[in-house]
Amino acid sequence: MVPSSAYLALSAALFTLGAVGVLVRRSALIIFMSVELMLNSVNLAFVTFARMHRSIEGQVVVFFVLVVAAVEVVVGLALIVDIFRSRESVDIDDVDLLRG
Amino acid sequence: MDDVVIRVGWPLMLVWPLLGWLANGLLGGRLPRTASGVIASASAGASFATALLVASAYRAVAAADAAVSLPIPLFDWLGAGRLTVEASLLVDPLALVMALVVGGVGFLIHVYSIGYMADDPHPSRYFAYLNLFVFAMLLLVSAGNLLLLFVGWELVGLCSYLLIGYWFDRPAAAAAGRKAFVVNRIGDAAFLLGVFLLFVTLGTLDILEIREGVATLSKEERLLAALLLFAGATGKSAQLPLHIWLPDAMEGPTPVSALIHAATMVTAGVFMIARLDRLYLAAPEALMVVATVGALTAFFAATVALRQHDLKRVLAYSTISQLGYMFVGMGVAAPSAGIFHLVTHAFFKALLFLAAGSVMHAMHGVIDMRRLGGLARPLRQTAGGFTIGALALAGVPPFAGFFSKDLILEHAFAFGIRTGNYLPYALGLVTAAVTAVYITRAVLLTFSGPPAEPGAHPHEAPPVMRWPMAALAILSVAGGLLGASVAGAPLLRFLDGLLGVVESGPEAAPHPPAGLLRWLSVAAALAGVLVGWRAHRGRREPVLGRVGVFLEQRWYIDALYDRAIVGPGHTLARWLAGPFDLGVIDGAVNLVGRGLGALGGQARRLQTGYARQYALGVLIGTVLILGYWMLRW
Amino acid sequence: MEWVVFIPAAALALAGGVGVVAARQPVHSAIALLVVLAALAVTYLLLAAQFIAVLQVIIYAGAIVVLFLFVIMLLHARSGEGPVPKLPRQRGTAAVAAALYLAALLVAVLAASGPFPPAPEGFGEARQIGAALFAGFLLPFQLAAIILLVGIVAAVILGRRPEGEEER
Repeated sequence: MVPSSAYLALSAALFTLGAVGVLVRRSALIIFMSVELMLNSVNLAFVTFARMHRSIEGQVVVFFVLVVAAVEVVVGLALIVDIFRSRESVDIDDVDLLRG
Repeated sequence: MDDVVIRVGWPLMLVWPLLGWLANGLLGGRLPRTASGVIASASAGASFATALLVASAYRAVAAADAAVSLPIPLFDWLGAGRLTVEASLLVDPLALVMALVVGGVGFLIHVYSIGYMADDPHPSRYFAYLNLFVFAMLLLVSAGNLLLLFVGWELVGLCSYLLIGYWFDRPAAAAAGRKAFVVNRIGDAAFLLGVFLLFVTLGTLDILEIREGVATLSKEERLLAALLLFAGATGKSAQLPLHIWLPDAMEGPTPVSALIHAATMVTAGVFMIARLDRLYLAAPEALMVVATVGALTAFFAATVALRQHDLKRVLAYSTISQLGYMFVGMGVAAPSAGIFHLVTHAFFKALLFLAAGSVMHAMHGVIDMRRLGGLARPLRQTAGGFTIGALALAGVPPFAGFFSKDLILEHAFAFGIRTGNYLPYALGLVTAAVTAVYITRAVLLTFSGPPAEPGAHPHEAPPVMRWPMAALAILSVAGGLLGASVAGAPLLRFLDGLLGVVESGPEAAPHPPAGLLRWLSVAAALAGVLVGWRAHRGRREPVLGRVGVFLEQRWYIDALYDRAIVGPGHTLARWLAGPFDLGVIDGAVNLVGRGLGALGGQARRLQTGYARQYALGVLIGTVLILGYWMLRW
Repeated sequence: MEWVVFIPAAALALAGGVGVVAARQPVHSAIALLVVLAALAVTYLLLAAQFIAVLQVIIYAGAIVVLFLFVIMLLHARSGEGPVPKLPRQRGTAAVAAALYLAALLVAVLAASGPFPPAPEGFGEARQIGAALFAGFLLPFQLAAIILLVGIVAAVILGRRPEGEEER
């Protein structure tokens, strides 16, 4: 029997990995994938807690996260394509017009 | 029926000039030029007629000589905490006498103005102000509580400012208007403090209730309130030390001077003391101050008038001097005598000013007596009117001024007997002689001898200006009958029922030797005329050396004010406007601006535009918050 | 017994995670993400979340990752990073902050963990989730539909060429 702490530690590790990806990568696409990674790690935590507390609501929330993630990817990728059209690049360090 | 006439007529009296003001003020530009004066005169005349109606109705209501005070509440005006003020009017003999003088003399001046201002490009503005002035003064005299009285008090101040500065494109006129306003403001502040004091101690501003409540005040409260209110009166009535605005008020059109000096404005202070006579009679020290200030002012102004070259300036100082007499009357506890003098003075001073205006009109604005002379022949009627006014002012019997001035002197002597202070009487008597000298000088320099500038071709004023002078001349001759004992002194009996007498009463005090005093007054007046005649016959101006310069420089009081107050004030203002405003005020504002600008300059460096860096900031913040929680946990 | 399944799944997930973050090419990242998603689907099965596991495979692996791949193909060679990094200290600081964060997160989740009670009958099946969705979560469910619609509209508008721009 695998204890809940193992699942949660996995979740925490994946979340941190995603965060590092967001912070150090410059390709907008990879950053986006890192965000997906973070969302998935949270999903894992939700499912674990649902099992722990015998409550189906955790799994229902995961369902909603899936929906929102799908929408986010659609819109986000459309934005990336748009930026690419005008700048010929998806390096987010090139997108710094809101500089002080 | 009579009661209805009073209740409707008294407020109506205020409505007429207000309507005239609105008509001239709103429609002024669109009215034909002649209509403005006619409308204004008609409204002033209607006001006077209404006052007459009310007066006759009042005589029918009030039995014989008993005085009745009829309050006429109009509406609730203010309510705030303990303070509830009703807009109410008051009908009593004092208010009636004042309203008749203001309305009557005011009406004559309005009519005269039609001729005087015939060449003015915008007469509607002038007549609108004139109507407002009359309204303000009528409001002041008919007010039933001190706050409403104060509204009128301030309004006459405003109107005097507007009218003195009527030719505002002349710097001197604008400055004179400002001076009048500022000096009045000083007195008004004290007046308002006095009103506050009465409200705090008595809890009411209603004049009738104040009359009743005076007895409940402590000695100090009475004295302080009386002195504060009197300080306000010195401003409005041009007494020492706040007299300086009145001579400068000559910059306005001459009929305005007549209005200010005779009917409205300067008499307000005298009227106010008569209005609150109960308060003053209950504060003997305040009475002493009033009498002393009045006597000093009367003497001071009369001596100054001896050596002024501007005819209107002579008359202005004469007004200050005569107002001093009125305050002596108030101060020696003879308010009805003071009011009597106020009435006769209104007649003859208005006459003098209108005649002076006629001279100015004829000489195309020249009013310096050194450039006049020989006007008796071309300006027969004007010269006659001026001379009648001069005789009345000099106190030569049987002209009006003699009776009222003599009455005041008589009471001043009685005051001397009562208190041992003969200063008011002595100064009053000397002033009477000086008055006769300076007005004789004015008559001689203006009208006698050869013309100083033979090139001028003076012409007599049009009838519309002559008739008001004629009416005032008749009043100046016959006005004395109002208070002369031979005629039964109807005015004094009318007022005496209302205006208080000293507790002890004149019966208790030893009677002054009335006959002797009267001869003394006559002698003083005649001696003054004689001295003036001898000194100035043939338009001569005797050299007086240092004394002459001292008088010409008005005892150096104006110079003193310029040095001590106006000069430092200007310096301070310049400093405030220059270094202080630019350095400290603007400096502080600029400092705040620059400081925030510098702060922003530093802060903008945080805004790199790199989204990854912001994300790192979020993560670090999260770590810090988590760390904090864990440490607490 | 479960360990036999969990350990390889967890290892694959972590390895895939590292791959997502570290891959030079976005295509490799996408493949690594696919591995992570599949591995997590396995752990969902272990946690009695069969329906979610299926959704995970269909939606994430089937739709989202494919979408990523489409975009990568669309942008092909230029989908990567520019030559010069502009924030020299970003990597080091991020590493330190992330390590601290992981430590804090581990402390927190371990404190929150507890034993697994026996799962009730039918837990995590489509029937149960459907019942929850259409009873207690009806309003959020409807809102989710609206959000999907909004996403579609937004994508269409963003993807449209600006007026007047010529076909390349």
